[in-house]
Amino acid sequence: MSGRLPAGGRIDRTRPLRFTFDGRGYTGYAGDTLASALLANGVHLVGRSFKYHRPRGILSAGSEEPNALVEIDRGGGRREPNVRATMVPLVDGLVARSQNRWPSLRLDLASLAGLAAPLLPAGFYYKTFLGPGREAWHRRWEPLIRRMAGLGRAPDAPDPDRYANRYAHAEVLVIGAGPAGLDAAIAAAEQGGRVILCDEQAEMGGSLLADPAQWDRLAAMLATLRANPRVTLLPRTTAFHHGLQNFVSLAQVLDRPDGLRERLWQVRARRVVLATGAIERTIPFAGNDRPGVMLADAARTYAARYGVLPGRRVVASVAHDSGYDAAFTLQDAGETVAAILDLRADPARAAAAEARGITVLRGHGIVGTRGGLHVTGVRAAPLMEGGRPDPVRARDIACDLVLMAGGWTPTLHLLSQARGRLRWDEAADAFLPGDLPEGITCVGSCAGTEAGLPIRAIAAGAAPGAFIDHQNDVTAKDIALALREGFTSIEHVKRYTTNGMATDQGKTSNMLGLAVAAATLGRALPEVGLTTFRPPYTPVTFGTLAGRARGLDFEPIRRAPLHGWAEAQGAVFEPVGQWMRARYFPRAGEDMHAAVARECRAVRAAVGMLDASTLGKIEVTGPDAAEFLERTYVNAVHSLKPGRSRYALLLREDGFVFDDGIIARLAPDRFHVTTTTGGAARVLHMLEDYRQTEFPELRVWLTSTTEHWGVIALQGPRARDLLAPHVEGLDLSREAFPHMACGAARICGIPGLVFRASFTGELGFEVNVPAGHAPMVWERLWQDGQRLGVVAYGTEAMHVLRAEKGYVIVGQETDGTVTPDDLGYGWAIGKAKRDFVGKRSLARPDMQRTDRLQLVGLKPRDGRVPDEGAQLVVGEGPSQGHVTSAYDVAVLGLLRAGRSRMGETILATSLDGAPIPLEVVPPVFLDPKGERLHG
Amino acid sequence: MLLIRCPWCGDRAELEFRHCGEAHIVRPADPSAQSDAEWAEYLYLRENPRGWHRERWRHIHGCGRFFNALRHTGTDRFAATYRAEDPRPEIPE
Repeated sequence: MSGRLPAGGRIDRTRPLRFTFDGRGYTGYAGDTLASALLANGVHLVGRSFKYHRPRGILSAGSEEPNALVEIDRGGGRREPNVRATMVPLVDGLVARSQNRWPSLRLDLASLAGLAAPLLPAGFYYKTFLGPGREAWHRRWEPLIRRMAGLGRAPDAPDPDRYANRYAHAEVLVIGAGPAGLDAAIAAAEQGGRVILCDEQAEMGGSLLADPAQWDRLAAMLATLRANPRVTLLPRTTAFHHGLQNFVSLAQVLDRPDGLRERLWQVRARRVVLATGAIERTIPFAGNDRPGVMLADAARTYAARYGVLPGRRVVASVAHDSGYDAAFTLQDAGETVAAILDLRADPARAAAAEARGITVLRGHGIVGTRGGLHVTGVRAAPLMEGGRPDPVRARDIACDLVLMAGGWTPTLHLLSQARGRLRWDEAADAFLPGDLPEGITCVGSCAGTEAGLPIRAIAAGAAPGAFIDHQNDVTAKDIALALREGFTSIEHVKRYTTNGMATDQGKTSNMLGLAVAAATLGRALPEVGLTTFRPPYTPVTFGTLAGRARGLDFEPIRRAPLHGWAEAQGAVFEPVGQWMRARYFPRAGEDMHAAVARECRAVRAAVGMLDASTLGKIEVTGPDAAEFLERTYVNAVHSLKPGRSRYALLLREDGFVFDDGIIARLAPDRFHVTTTTGGAARVLHMLEDYRQTEFPELRVWLTSTTEHWGVIALQGPRARDLLAPHVEGLDLSREAFPHMACGAARICGIPGLVFRASFTGELGFEVNVPAGHAPMVWERLWQDGQRLGVVAYGTEAMHVLRAEKGYVIVGQETDGTVTPDDLGYGWAIGKAKRDFVGKRSLARPDMQRTDRLQLVGLKPRDGRVPDEGAQLVVGEGPSQGHVTSAYDVAVLGLLRAGRSRMGETILATSLDGAPIPLEVVPPVFLDPKGERLHG
Repeated sequence: MLLIRCPWCGDRAELEFRHCGEAHIVRPADPSAQSDAEWAEYLYLRENPRGWHRERWRHIHGCGRFFNALRHTGTDRFAATYRAEDPRPEIPE
């Protein structure tokens, strides 16, 4: 079989490491990957395939690996699925498991599906979903496929590790630390700028690592770079996204003992040098997925870099001269090369092989492989006309390792992501860099390699059952079927067959799939097209992308000045935008319903206190402040006297309600404008837009004061009794300070503003003091209010109280299609105004229709309260509107031509039971004359 | 992430900015004199070119100023950013 060579390789034989795979213990060395260590222990079978559960081994030695996906368990919830064994540096105590098998890797019952492969042809899902088989999908296919298909298990605990991120700038970012990348980095460093060199492998050197003759040169180059303080070397760091203007994202694996797992680098570079190399192509013969079938250069890497022989007796299927290098390396390492089967009739290096005593069969291919869980031989045969091997003339050659040397595909994913153009180069038999975006250079084999047998000719000889996409189990036959069924665009063929759509992003399958399609269609490769490369180049963990922005750090939490007091009182909070607001204040034994009912009763009977600090506040100042507000809000503002305020409506230019609040005139040239809690930022943005771009001649300034003021709302018939003793410099009497009055005062000794305003229908005041003083003022009022039976109420009671009064909430009663008149709020519009934002739109014919949705009250006929969002219907007809707010004491809704339908009974749909009958009534359920409000 | 040149602050990361739609659309001085069709055009009709586009941006998480940009919608290349009062830059070749 296979095993560790007695000497050689870059592993550290003085540092043995123990690990387990599927529970069995093995030993490797420092410098191994999990894949090389498994091969050193003779383990080739490492997984089962996605669709057919075929036994699969290790195909490659790099990030292109489609087969060897394993689960790594680092304990304590650190279970990571679908890790490429070829990219995992071996560490002591590593625990790895195979995936997608039952009951065991060697005996997988679902692999019987492999015998039934015709049941899962290309387009299976489309056909099953859309055809008459839709029913069967639910009964039969879905349960079956859910059991069988898929890759690893998702982790079942929160990730305990930490992830970091960093921004960096560089004159030159070199991606790929093979010979070309190292040369480029050294040259760039000599220019004196900052240089970042990254490579996805744990060890830098790329192809030099598989060539012992180059190791001294490699060590010297790395020493040069390390000695330069302006060079940053990032091994185990994958450039996975190349954006515009050379903004490149790197995922660095750290696996630090302190729990810092990975780091996201976002690098902006003046110049990016792509030295990303090339990926070897497979050869499409039947059974090219059996464990023991490997890319030729991967086998060379295992032997030279890791000191591992992946077999004892090798047959190489070769279409490119590089296959000879691999065969010679293995032979030098002690392996028997049973034969080189060259698809080409007259290979240049055959003589060199024969001089080494290797049999070269020219113009030969593989009809199929033999073996069960591991390859035991191939059936070699001369090629027929058209390129397929002739099964009649096939003969067996025993072996335990089959190499595929299909030529090379330059790795240009990043260039394509950066919107560089790829062009087909016939001589190089590859897509090569075409038009390069500014600041990008391609060097080394990603810029082109020597060609072997053209891939189209290789594809023409594909066996129908040969695997093109190993990870998604797509065969040559599947691609042919898609073409027969009429899919000719390669993008459609890709989606229909899923070729290249697995987590390996088709690194080993895209080009061959394309070539098979081109050969089948009889067209040239570039005519068939190239699928789009999308980020990420290799899978990136969510942890790396999220960094520290998770849990409580996901986004900022805004806490109002009285948050701490509410918390101490046991308030239940709810998020409102980024704010946390107290929703209700339950007493012992109370649920939300009981608490809210009690809070509402107290406000109606005595007085309640609400933290209203989250209201958006904008101070509008300047000689033209009034004119500016006159042009933007619907209200008459010039006629507003200092010391008075108005309910304010802001429309969008299309005439629909955008926000509401209060405009208070503090002085002729100074206004205090409030917005909804959630609307503060967008209102300021909109007002700034008009100020800067439409009315730049107006001398007006806008300042957000939302967080400057702490706001305490006092609402209820005893509100004045509570507040007045604490206010100096302002007469709060009914006559001197009527509804909508405002003024400056000292409250508990603190200079602030008092507004006579109500969002409950009760006598109400809103006290504004600098936010830092709000807790003290609140505490004083709260203590004093005990004599009056004061309650603290939350947003839930606030909603109930305002709905009862028929006050709307923008975003609840409105949805971007509602005009002031629809709400019955036409009275707010300044009638004499020539213009304001949205006025012209209100004159459009559609806005004038009498059958628009209009705000109404809805009175339950049978005691049942409908759900918010329930549709309003009559008989079997279409929806007539919907319920916007629903509480025991008040239900509001938008109803077609609602104001003309008072007294009518309509139905609200119900998710659990019969529709709910509702009587259409005016939307004000409390104090329609406003006697309480003006009390 | 693009680097965008605010005419007041210089080069800043895209996440400091907000895109604000097509530029050089002037609100009619007297909207009431507009026909329904003219008003609808002002409200809703916008260019949607594949190519050079004059558009508004706001350095919302910086100086807060609105400005104009000439950007290619296919390549995301900025030919110029300019203040409202600046002459309109030429469309590149």
